[in-house]
Amino acid sequence: MDNIAGRKSGLSWAVNLSVIFLVLLWLFPTAGLFVSSFRSSDQISANGWWQSMFPTEQNVTLRTADPDDEGAQELVDGLYTVRGNLFDGEDTADISVWGYSSRAIDDFTVGQTAEMKDGETITVEANGDYVWTSPEKLTGRGQRVFATATTPPKFTTENYGTVLSGSGTDGAMAKAFLNTLTVTIPATIIPIVIAAFAAYALAWMQFPGRAILIAIVVGLLVVPLQLALIPLLRLHLGIGIGKGYLGVWLAHTGFGLPLAIYLLRNYMAGLPKDIIENAKVDGATDFQVFTKIILPLSFPALASFAIFQFLWTWNDLLVAKVFLIDATGQTTVMTQQIVELLGTRGGNWEILSTAAFVSIAVPLLVFFAMQKYLVRGLLAGSVK
Amino acid sequence: MEAALLGLATIIIGVGGCLGYFFFSNQILDRFIFPASGPNAGRNINRANMVRPWLFLLPALVALGLYLAYPVVATLWYSVTDRSQDNAFVGFANYSQMMSEPKFWEAMRNNMMWLIIVPAASTAMGLLVAQLTDRLKWGSFAKSLIFMPMAISFVGASVIFKLIYDTRPVDQAQIGVMNAVWLQFEGGIGSLIFLRLIPAALLLCGAAIAGYVAWGQIQTIREKGQVVLRGLAVVLLAWIGISLALLAFGALTKTLPYGEPQTWLTIPGWNSFLLMIVLIWIQTGFAMVILSAALRGVPEETIEAAIVDGANPFEVFFKIKLPQISSTIVVVWTTITLTVLKVFDIVFAMTNGQWETQVLANYMFDKLFRANDWGVGSAAAMVIMLLVSPILIWNVYNARKEMR
Repeated sequence: MDNIAGRKSGLSWAVNLSVIFLVLLWLFPTAGLFVSSFRSSDQISANGWWQSMFPTEQNVTLRTADPDDEGAQELVDGLYTVRGNLFDGEDTADISVWGYSSRAIDDFTVGQTAEMKDGETITVEANGDYVWTSPEKLTGRGQRVFATATTPPKFTTENYGTVLSGSGTDGAMAKAFLNTLTVTIPATIIPIVIAAFAAYALAWMQFPGRAILIAIVVGLLVVPLQLALIPLLRLHLGIGIGKGYLGVWLAHTGFGLPLAIYLLRNYMAGLPKDIIENAKVDGATDFQVFTKIILPLSFPALASFAIFQFLWTWNDLLVAKVFLIDATGQTTVMTQQIVELLGTRGGNWEILSTAAFVSIAVPLLVFFAMQKYLVRGLLAGSVK
Repeated sequence: MEAALLGLATIIIGVGGCLGYFFFSNQILDRFIFPASGPNAGRNINRANMVRPWLFLLPALVALGLYLAYPVVATLWYSVTDRSQDNAFVGFANYSQMMSEPKFWEAMRNNMMWLIIVPAASTAMGLLVAQLTDRLKWGSFAKSLIFMPMAISFVGASVIFKLIYDTRPVDQAQIGVMNAVWLQFEGGIGSLIFLRLIPAALLLCGAAIAGYVAWGQIQTIREKGQVVLRGLAVVLLAWIGISLALLAFGALTKTLPYGEPQTWLTIPGWNSFLLMIVLIWIQTGFAMVILSAALRGVPEETIEAAIVDGANPFEVFFKIKLPQISSTIVVVWTTITLTVLKVFDIVFAMTNGQWETQVLANYMFDKLFRANDWGVGSAAAMVIMLLVSPILIWNVYNARKEMR
C-alpha cells in the first residue's frame, strides 16, 4: 500500500512541476513584451529583459557640470574647483572603475585621483560625486567621464506617455486606438442584432427550405474571407461606399454572421419548447416571443458571440487594410500602426513593445473578465 | 473624436434601423397586408405566418449572400478573366501563370508544412496540458494562463516573438532570448547533449511513432479494406517518418556556427518553423479548452474499470481516454487547419514572405494589392477555397446528419 501511495505522490509532483513549467513557458513571451514596455531604450539594448529585475553593470558616458555655468567653479586653496554628482542625483548607481578617455575607460578605481593635462585633476567616488580641479580657470564644456556602473533595476512609464500622447508617428497610436474602437463596437453589435432574428427564425419557425438554409450557414462558416476581398472592394467602390468605416462595418458584419447565426441558432433550439408555446397560446406574436422571451434567455450565447466578434474585429489586420485604410492614413487601426512600426522602426523596442501592449491590453481585459462565456462559445462553436 | 461620434451615430442608426426594420415590417405585415381581423382573418394569419420567417431572415440572407456567397462566384470569375484585357475570358491562363511562378510553389510547400505541423503540434500540446491539468487543484488557473494568447492579435504575437528572435551584433548584449540562449552553447558536452542528442532522439521518436501508426494502418487495410484512404495515410505517414529521420540525421551531423548570433528569421528552412511556433503558441489554448471539456466527459466508470484491472496512468490515457475523445480531436484538428489555411497576419508582420517563408494567403495579398494582378490573386484565393472545401463538405454533411 505504501508503495502505491508513494508512487502516486511522485507522479503528482511531476505533474505539478510540468504544469508550472508549461505555464511559465507560455507566459514568458508576453512577459517579455510587458517588461520591455516599461524600460527605456538604453535599458532595453543594455541587456535582455529577463535580466532587468537584477542590478546591471554597464558602461556609461557621463559629464561633469560645465565650468562656464554661473557659480559652477570656485577657488579653493588656489585651485579652480568644480564639485557635483555625475548622475545629477537622478540615478543611483555604483561606479566600480572609471576613466577620462574613451580609450581607457577602466584606468582608475573609485576614490583615485586622475592627473590630466595642464595639471588638471579629477576624483570620482563610487556614488558619482566628483571633484575636478585646475590651476587655471576652467572653460568650455564639462569633463567627460567614462565609468562602469552597476545600476539597480529601474522601470519607467515614459513609453506609455510617448505612445499615447506624443506627436508625430508616436502619437498616431492614440488615434489608432480610437479608430479601432470605432471599428469594433458597431462591427460587434450589428451582426448580433441581425443574427439573433435569423437564428430565431431558423430555430423556431416552420417554413420550407429551413434545413437547406442551416446547411448553407454551416458551409459559409468556413469560407475563407480572402475570397471576398476583391469582389467586395469593387462592390464598395462601385456603389460609393469606398474605403471607410461603413465599408469595414458591413464587411465585418457579413464575415461574422455565419458564426453568429450558427451559435445562436444552436443555443435557441435548445431552449425549452413549453415556454414559447405557452406564450403563443397566450396571444404573443413571434416578435414579442423573440424580444421578451428568447433574447433574455439567450444572453449567454449572445455574450459568447459578442466576445468572439470583439476579439476578432479588434485584432483584425486584413479586413481593415482592405476596406478601411485609405491613402490618407487618417483611419489607421492599431494593428496596422504596429506593422508600420515594425517596418520602419524595427529596432525601437521601447515604442514597439509599448504600442503592442496597448493594443493587446483591451482584449486581455475582456478575455479575463468574460472567459467563462468565451469558453462556452468555443465549445458550442467548433462544428461537430 | 469625430470618428468616435460617427461611430456612435452609426451604432444608433444601424442598431436602431435593424430593430426598427424588424418591428415595423412585422407591424405592417400584421396590420395592413394580412390583418388578423375582418372576413379573412384565419387565412390572413396563416399567410402572415408564412411570410414572417423571411422578414426575420431577410437582412441576414442579404448580408450572407452579398458578403460571402457572391464573392465566391465573383472570385471564380475573376480568376478566369483578365482585367487588362477588358475582363475578357482567358480560361486557365491565370492559373498556369501562377503555377509557373516559383513563389507560388514555395507558398504551397510552406502551407503544406504549416498544415501538418501547426494542427498536430497545437492539438498535441493542448491534449498534454488538458490531461495534466485535469485533476490539478490550480488547473483552471493554469489553463486560463495558457489560454490567454487566444486574446492576443496575430500582429501583437508577431511583435512578441520578434523580440524573442531579435538579433544584435556580436559585441552587444543580446536582447532576444533565443540568441542569448544560443550563445551559451560553445560546442562542448552541453551542446552535444542539448543541440544534437536530445533533438535527434525526439525526432527519431516521432519517426518511430509515424512508422508504428503506418504499420497499424497497413494491418487494418489487410483486415478491413478501404485501400485508397488508408493507403494515402500510409504514404503521408511514411513521408513524415522519413523526413523526421533525415532531420534527426541532420541534427547529429550538421556543423553549427557556435558563438555567432543568428538572424533567425532569415535562415530559410528554420524561419518557417519559427513563424509556426507563434501560431502554435496561440492555438494550443484553443485545443486545450475543447479537449479538456472532452476529457471531463469521459465516463468515470470506464477509467475506474481500467484502474481496477491494473492499468497504469499512461495506459488509462492512451487506451481508455484517447479513443473516447477521438471525434473531438478531429474537430479541434480541422478547426485549427482552417485557421492555418487563412494565416496571413503572422507572415505579413514578421517576414512578409521573404527568406522563403511565403504562404498562400500572403502570396494572394501580395498579388492583389502590390502587384495589382487580380487574375492571379483570385486564382490563389481559389486555391485556398479548394483546400478548404473538403472540410466544408464534411461539416455540412455532419450538420445534416445531426439535424435528422
